[in-house]
Amino acid sequence: MSRFAKAVSVLSPVIAVAAALLVGGLVVMAIGESPLRVYSILFRGAFGSVDSLGYVVFNACPLIFTGLAVAFAFRAGLFNIGGEGQLYVGSFVCAWVGLKLGGVPAALAVPLLVLASAAGGAAWAAIPGFLKARFGVHEVINTIMLNFIAIGLTSYFVINVFKEPGQMTPQTAEIAASGQLPRLAGALQSVGIPLPAANPLNASILIALGAVWAAWFILNRTTLGYEIRAVGLNPSAAEYAGINVRRMLVVAMMISGAFAGLVATNEIMGFRYRYLDNFSAQIGFMGIAVALLGKNTPLGVLFAALLFGVLNTGALEVDVFTDVPRELILVLQAVTIILVVVANEVLTKKLREREAGAASQATEESA
Amino acid sequence: MMRKPLLAVLLLGIVLSLGCASDEPSEGESDFKVGMVFDVGGKGDKSFNDSAYRGMLNAADDFGVEFTEFEPGQDADREVGLRKLAGAGYDMIIGVGFLFSDAIKKVARDYPDTKFACVDYDVRPGEELPPNLVGLRFREEEGSFLVGVLAAMHTETDRIGFVGGMDIPLIHKFEAGYIAGARHVTPGISITVVYAGTTPQAFADPAKGKELALLQYGRGVDVIYHASGSTGNGVIEAAREAGAYAIGVDSNQNYMAPGHVLTSMVKRVDNAVYKAIRDALEGTFEGGIEELGLAENGVGYALDKHNEDLITEEMTKAVEDVRAAIIAGEIEVPSS
Repeated sequence: MSRFAKAVSVLSPVIAVAAALLVGGLVVMAIGESPLRVYSILFRGAFGSVDSLGYVVFNACPLIFTGLAVAFAFRAGLFNIGGEGQLYVGSFVCAWVGLKLGGVPAALAVPLLVLASAAGGAAWAAIPGFLKARFGVHEVINTIMLNFIAIGLTSYFVINVFKEPGQMTPQTAEIAASGQLPRLAGALQSVGIPLPAANPLNASILIALGAVWAAWFILNRTTLGYEIRAVGLNPSAAEYAGINVRRMLVVAMMISGAFAGLVATNEIMGFRYRYLDNFSAQIGFMGIAVALLGKNTPLGVLFAALLFGVLNTGALEVDVFTDVPRELILVLQAVTIILVVVANEVLTKKLREREAGAASQATEESA
Repeated sequence: MMRKPLLAVLLLGIVLSLGCASDEPSEGESDFKVGMVFDVGGKGDKSFNDSAYRGMLNAADDFGVEFTEFEPGQDADREVGLRKLAGAGYDMIIGVGFLFSDAIKKVARDYPDTKFACVDYDVRPGEELPPNLVGLRFREEEGSFLVGVLAAMHTETDRIGFVGGMDIPLIHKFEAGYIAGARHVTPGISITVVYAGTTPQAFADPAKGKELALLQYGRGVDVIYHASGSTGNGVIEAAREAGAYAIGVDSNQNYMAPGHVLTSMVKRVDNAVYKAIRDALEGTFEGGIEELGLAENGVGYALDKHNEDLITEEMTKAVEDVRAAIIAGEIEVPSS
């Protein structure tokens, strides 16, 4: 890639975000509020204190996992819309195992629950992976349908089987204390960062950073990742080169599902300590936007998730302290995504034209 | 990227809007600030949340308190939102709905000088509330018993229906009281019970409510009691369409389809919220669980100009007798 191309690929999300803020400003104006006031509340809400920065990272954490899930599958040429279902199954399995771990030491319980979360997500994602590999059924349909099934099944089990007795709230009892991830406030305070003790930021973010590294490592430093990318770029060519395409499709979906399942480390192990029916506010679907904004690279996902963390955290502040409705923030987020896609398309096209121009010039010169 | 004229217009707009006054939370003469956080369905559900909102508005009118309100987008925002309000110096914070129970207790412990109230607080057996948190609970089964009596007396087919929102013990209280009330009048009455779903979304799905109600009306049911938040707006719509009758819930919904809403089981969330704010203002606030039934006027049935032609004198007498009997403890109302 030329330096120009690199600059474009880094800059296009930035330009898109700036454009989205401008368009969002118009919407704010249309409802009679001052964009500057709303944006200043939004950014103060996200960056105004150590506490709010903690919330930014906390809100970004589950999106890192679902963003990685979408991005990873995408690299294998798969469009995994099923992050929502996979994270529910992963979280449910995590809580279910967590309820049974009384007396198990943390050194064992924590890794076990992390594994359970990933395994739950992976198993759920294996179904559309298998159906795609074996019967060629399109994964988009299957992952969407499996979302409904996962949401329905987990609801059923939480309400009818695992609900804490005597409670209205459709949630399980708390998981074993040894399986709970520590909050980071204490550790950060001891190194001089004054994060309030009530801040929900927890050790799951470290797992998320590990997952970003793992996704990068698998994709770029292993034979498996090479084969997955080969399948994503051209399945026929990959098959011709001796890669077992069907196997790769299933494996890629399972790894993708495992990332989605790891949302449980933040939601169950790190924050709520119990499974609450329907806890995810579309985290799985937001993962698609995160992956898109992050250009389907692990590092890109990390930054995109942080941006959404900023928007979500600031949005709450706007919601609480102004008359701007929450819906507006959703509009802003959707506009951001659309503009990213547009900016990406436009800039890539420009880039291609420019490179084609440069290439033809080069051939002319050499002739 | 941007065409220059557009950019100029935008900048101009931003500059102009800087001059515009923006709506700060409504200012009152008192510096007492109340924050309210809504349940699923939110403000504008014409039912549960609106009843709570009305209580806060009434308190704002009478005591001049300043207030703000919002509806959380995701579950984690419930706790975060409560904390933000507490951190911003709000004196009283009200969570509307049982989904706040765990979050509000945690936040109340962290902000002992702030007063908290939670509508429909989901209490655990033997649980102690922090002294700055009041859990407002209603004996919905008692009010539901009364509307069950009215439904059984009004039906011509001896078939009545019930549409619940989310299938949970809280809504089972409405169902149980309603059934007991109807059976109290007509022991052999046929009662069809259906729930809109198993997720909080079941309280915010009018299309589903209408569908479920039309299904029942099509099978000879002529009165349906709904306990389903804004889902019930569809039930009432269906009653109007089918020329049948619905019974509203939480707020007085008689006006929503005059002549087709037999009555409403009013759950006086507004009164409870109003009283909690007044207690906090006057320094008589007490933490703990507060149970509100017929005796406390926490629940009841609505009679107004929209349904006075539907409720006969005989019905009024019967239902008032039952009310007295329940308050006196002569009738036991089941809650599940």
